[in-house]
Amino acid sequence: MTTEPAFVAAIDQGTTSSRCIVFDRRGGIVSVAQREHRQIFPRPGWVEHDAEEIWANVVQVVEEALDLADLPRTRLAAVGITNQRETTLVWDRATGRPVHNAITWQDTRTDELVRELGGAVGQDRFRERCGLPLATYFSGPKLRWLLRTVPGLAERADRGEVLFGTMDSWLIWKLTGGLHITDVTNASRTMLMNLATLDWDDAILAEFGVPRAALPEIRPSSAVYGTATGVLDGVPVAAALGDQHAALFGQTAFSPGDIKSTYGTGSFLLLNTGESIVQSGHGLLTTVGYQIAGQRAVYALEGSIAVTGSLVQWFRDKLGLINSAAEIETLARTVADNGGCYIVPAFSGLFAPYWRSEARGVITGLTGYVDKGHLARAALEATAWQTREVMDAMRADTALDVGALRVDGGMTANNLLMQLLADTLDVPVTRPTVAETTCLGAAYAAGLAVGYWPDLDALRANWHKAAEWAPAIDPATRARGHRKWRKAVERSFDWTDEDDLPQPA
Amino acid sequence: MTESSTTMSNNVHARVSAVPGRIQSVERAAAILRLLASGARQLGVVELANALQLPKGTVHGILQTLQHVGFVEQSRSGGKYRLGAALLHLGNSYLDVNELRTRALNWADSLASRSRESVRIGSLHEGQVLVVHHVFRPDDSLQVLEVGALLPAHASALGKVLLAFDLQGESLLDELALKRFTARTLTTRRALTDDLERVRKLGWGAEVEEMIDGEAAVAAPIHDDRGIAVGAIGVSGAIERVCDENGKPRLDLVSTVRDAARSISRNLGARKW
Repeated sequence: MTTEPAFVAAIDQGTTSSRCIVFDRRGGIVSVAQREHRQIFPRPGWVEHDAEEIWANVVQVVEEALDLADLPRTRLAAVGITNQRETTLVWDRATGRPVHNAITWQDTRTDELVRELGGAVGQDRFRERCGLPLATYFSGPKLRWLLRTVPGLAERADRGEVLFGTMDSWLIWKLTGGLHITDVTNASRTMLMNLATLDWDDAILAEFGVPRAALPEIRPSSAVYGTATGVLDGVPVAAALGDQHAALFGQTAFSPGDIKSTYGTGSFLLLNTGESIVQSGHGLLTTVGYQIAGQRAVYALEGSIAVTGSLVQWFRDKLGLINSAAEIETLARTVADNGGCYIVPAFSGLFAPYWRSEARGVITGLTGYVDKGHLARAALEATAWQTREVMDAMRADTALDVGALRVDGGMTANNLLMQLLADTLDVPVTRPTVAETTCLGAAYAAGLAVGYWPDLDALRANWHKAAEWAPAIDPATRARGHRKWRKAVERSFDWTDEDDLPQPA
Repeated sequence: MTESSTTMSNNVHARVSAVPGRIQSVERAAAILRLLASGARQLGVVELANALQLPKGTVHGILQTLQHVGFVEQSRSGGKYRLGAALLHLGNSYLDVNELRTRALNWADSLASRSRESVRIGSLHEGQVLVVHHVFRPDDSLQVLEVGALLPAHASALGKVLLAFDLQGESLLDELALKRFTARTLTTRRALTDDLERVRKLGWGAEVEEMIDGEAAVAAPIHDDRGIAVGAIGVSGAIERVCDENGKPRLDLVSTVRDAARSISRNLGARKW
């Protein structure tokens, strides 16, 4: 019996849960274990995680996944990490204990701070260097908030007694017993890294008041960082990628022009732009796609859509028109078209390419003819049109020839939505056989670093089409739908105003 | 305050105790329905009477009433009884096909990866098999998505599994036109009934060049949390890959398909998200 390393493990430290998946050489799933952690809401708009709880869960899911696969850890060639992005933690270098709960990406406590950092220039003040606008999501402002708020923390950071990290850094530190490392993709979500040098940007650090001593070393996404101790004793820790970047890698979107979209409650599109750093003129973010050890970084443009799957959940939970998310397709198929109805789900404003925070959702084109089937169809079309607008922005920014859209995520089970996407985008939409692209990407990057897979071509050969949807409507119909959608979007603008400010008591 | 609440609880108590115990005939009707739901087989008056240790006349009377409200149906051949369509649509026994696809997605993908063949999930729709999910054979050859296509129930592995296990499957037998597709298509009621009996006994079904020359398929039933067959999942491909040298379906493939069907069934028993 062989005891050769024959599998690769991926740890996915997500917003609501931590998972471990063991993959075989063909990229097939051998076992899965998952455990949820608490969402801590100290105040409205604040969302924290207990990093110690998360670490305990990670240890547990790793053990469970190995047990389920009936594997000793000696059969693992490597472990890779993918994680919720931007969530920010500071811990004590000596004791390894967090000094505060992790502040998650959804947390909006840095709202004021972000405006302050923008000064007279505004939210694009650091954009050219770090690729990101000033926003509450990113780690830099969260770290500044901690350094300012936790008594004595700034001084301890100056002396190098406390360490900053996103969740990848925390897990690498815990797994390896003390290596302080992050990867280029996670670092590219802090606002503190210079996209061109792939190093911390001293000018930005000065503005944010962040000492270099507290920051992790920035390493490629696919590289052997060290060897695990404890639960994975002896296994090389060989990859880290933010979740969306891992999905790009798992979709083997390795060529410029390759594009993936992950459809969940919200949706994220990433376009591989190769070695060029593309500054968007259309509200997209510039980010590092991934970096393989010894090679140049591959960059990406990112467009996010706030409300896609959550609109379906709204149909289920708030309108009660369906019992489960999947039934939106059944309801939408009771009609042949949208009956003239459009829904713009600007529940908290519009993201790329509009960036209108004062916009609010609208349902337009209502007539007595419109029934719940038309509404369901309009809800699915909203996801398709929003995807189209992000893709149009990407095309305008890069002139790259976007061939096909690679999709993943829970909503890809919706066949009607996939067809609407192909019709709306006028490109084929393809779904890969392994839907768990995020974990697969982390496993691929780790396996690549240790030579378990020889090169990117070997990974490309593992990618198989599970389904494909081809555009099936004529250009005139598409253009007509697009014009109506844009009119609907315009009707969502300028909704919130002084009347929405809190009234004095 | 105390007085009025006492009065109220007395009233409630009085109303409850006015109900004269449980109604025996309703309990018996429920027992009959439970028996009919317990297996895929149809049952006759004698079998039911024996199982419940009741007089034949009593059972017959209850069956007549249940038939009147559509909760049971009597098959044309043999006069045996099965659950009626009205009962099947009560509650949530009807599983939305899009829900089925959503819950089966990961397992169907994994089945395609393991078997290296294309995967389909089907459910019965007006006497035919409606393809509700299709995963391409993972070899990047040109393939077209067949979701929404209809397959003949008597000539496909998916169809035979559904006819054997679906609550309404057997009632369809009388209505099926057993059209010939190949030399090996089962075109007599007798041959089909025998095959369905085998499918029930083994827990899986196959089609070997019965729909398309040179192609074979293996399928197994997907059950919901109450054991009701809500669909079938199967792989299909060239006969030389799906079958062994004796022309029988490869047993390793059969067990891979059954594993996937069991995993999806387990998942259906889980809570909705």
